[in-house]
Amino acid sequence: MADAAVTASPGAGVAGRGRFAARAARAVWPVLMVVGVTVGLWYAACLPMNVKESLNQAERAGAVIVPEGGQARRDASPWGLMAQNPAHLGGVWSQDRPRLPAPHQVAVELYETTVGMALAGRAFSNRSLFTHAWVTLSATLLGFGIGTALGILLAVGIVHNRAMDMSVMPWAIASQTIPILALAPMIVVVLNSVGISGLLPKALISAYLSFFPVVVGMVKGLRSPEAAQLDLLWTYNATPAQTLWKLRLPASMPYLFASLKVGVAASLVGAIVGELPTGAVAGLGARLLAGSYYGQTVQIWSALFAAAILAALLVGLIGLLQRVVLGRMGMGR
Amino acid sequence: MALIAGSLAFWAAAWWLNVRLAASRWAGTTAGRLAVPAIFGATLLVLWEGLVRGLSVPSVILPPPSAIAARFVVSTDILWADFVQTFVKGALTGYAIGALAAFAVALAADRWDVLRRGMLPVGSFMAALPIVGTAPILVMWFGFDWQSKAAVVVVMVFFPILVNTVEGLRAADAMQRDLMVTYAASPLQTLLKLRLPAAMPFVFNGLKISTTLALIGAIVAEFFGSPTLGMGFRISTEVGRLALDMVWAEIVVAALAGSAFYGVVAAVERRVTFWHPSQRGRG
Repeated sequence: MADAAVTASPGAGVAGRGRFAARAARAVWPVLMVVGVTVGLWYAACLPMNVKESLNQAERAGAVIVPEGGQARRDASPWGLMAQNPAHLGGVWSQDRPRLPAPHQVAVELYETTVGMALAGRAFSNRSLFTHAWVTLSATLLGFGIGTALGILLAVGIVHNRAMDMSVMPWAIASQTIPILALAPMIVVVLNSVGISGLLPKALISAYLSFFPVVVGMVKGLRSPEAAQLDLLWTYNATPAQTLWKLRLPASMPYLFASLKVGVAASLVGAIVGELPTGAVAGLGARLLAGSYYGQTVQIWSALFAAAILAALLVGLIGLLQRVVLGRMGMGR
Repeated sequence: MALIAGSLAFWAAAWWLNVRLAASRWAGTTAGRLAVPAIFGATLLVLWEGLVRGLSVPSVILPPPSAIAARFVVSTDILWADFVQTFVKGALTGYAIGALAAFAVALAADRWDVLRRGMLPVGSFMAALPIVGTAPILVMWFGFDWQSKAAVVVVMVFFPILVNTVEGLRAADAMQRDLMVTYAASPLQTLLKLRLPAAMPFVFNGLKISTTLALIGAIVAEFFGSPTLGMGFRISTEVGRLALDMVWAEIVVAALAGSAFYGVVAAVERRVTFWHPSQRGRG
């Protein structure tokens, strides 16, 4: 590996900070390259995806397009159209309802519906993505909290009760292979029909989705102390509760954080899908659905990116918490 | 009232039996390991049936398991058509395409180290995102039929398989690679005879995670538009008509398909990675 060569080079200790920067740069620039290539390909893909609408628009504006009339072009290949009308392709990146919006269109829409609206003093108006993101986030967090708490409780029960372990654990594992998300529309509609609507149905779906990863991870974590450590507490005459608080729970923390990351991502997906059957009232899922009803592609893409940013923030936050907690506990890397 | 008391009594009795079984010498045997969860599952069904009937819960809220089973038996032809549309056409096609594409990209990333160092963080990042949200876009591009569902599945399974395969291709340790060098093996031979086999546990980890994702993607994509068949279509329309027994029957199909799909991939894994410590001693 090249890393070894860098470490062994003379004067490595002197230039410690410079070496750190160099290593950070080494880690960052391939990522930037991949992201850059992706954005470039995205811009390029806008050409064949949007060429027909763009040419129609140019023709309406008075330009001469080679196969005349939108009818004649409808079944033509996008590549041929691009080759025949190279002068009128500028419109592919600025369509109103493009099949594929250009990256900057999505960025502008994201900015306008978040920072732009906040600057205009309407940070929580109906069009603002903050409103929708908060609707989804509150359901996600409530559900994630419920699911994690119940998951930890069940895991403690499973570790302490052999009958519970043998009865519940196989089902908990098997349930991970089942597309639980398919239940989401039913849960929402049924709870609506008994008068429970709004936050709670979505939170329940989120809770359900984050529950099983936490159970499985925590059972593994609570069982991670070695026999020698358990024996030591046994010689101290520790009660099971003391063993749990002083050995099992601290030892399970790395496993807990690993499953929390999986759980929070699943919770967010659950909250988004839970918004679909209610008829698109509010939330990121509702934005997706409304966008797909009305062909507002830019809105779909910006909701999608908002969801992605939210997921990244949530997972990143748990990663940060993990680093701090494990660091304080002396388990950091 | 008798139904409620009866099912609660059954629950108590079954739990007592399970506690006894778990403490007995049967607990270690295969029969014991199968019987205890089976009894627990049966208890849940009895409790569900008894409480729903005893409390006379309307079937538009929660149908009893017997009604679901009856509906399942009556409408096997509809369920089968939905299964073929969603699972065979949508999920399986997408899963195969996504897995092959991820594998090809992983091989390329393994060949050029810069690509790997760029791809791995981006891939792990993407794997945590709510990719199912791309469904409305892909439905718009590929139409309402199964092609758009397959496309959603491709995007969903791509990143977990990519990340795991790239990790796996680095799993062979330096000693083993040195051995291949002393044999004067070409890079291709090293790849085929050492590094690909060593990567297989990781690859199968990605493949197993993706089985559930494939079904979820195919079902959820149908919520955004589909022809008049498919599991997601059936679930959303029958929920609208409050025919919950049909919804539950469809969920049973999804559960069976999901577990069977996972089981098949796990069985292939056992054949392919028979040498791995986690697979040894399983008979």
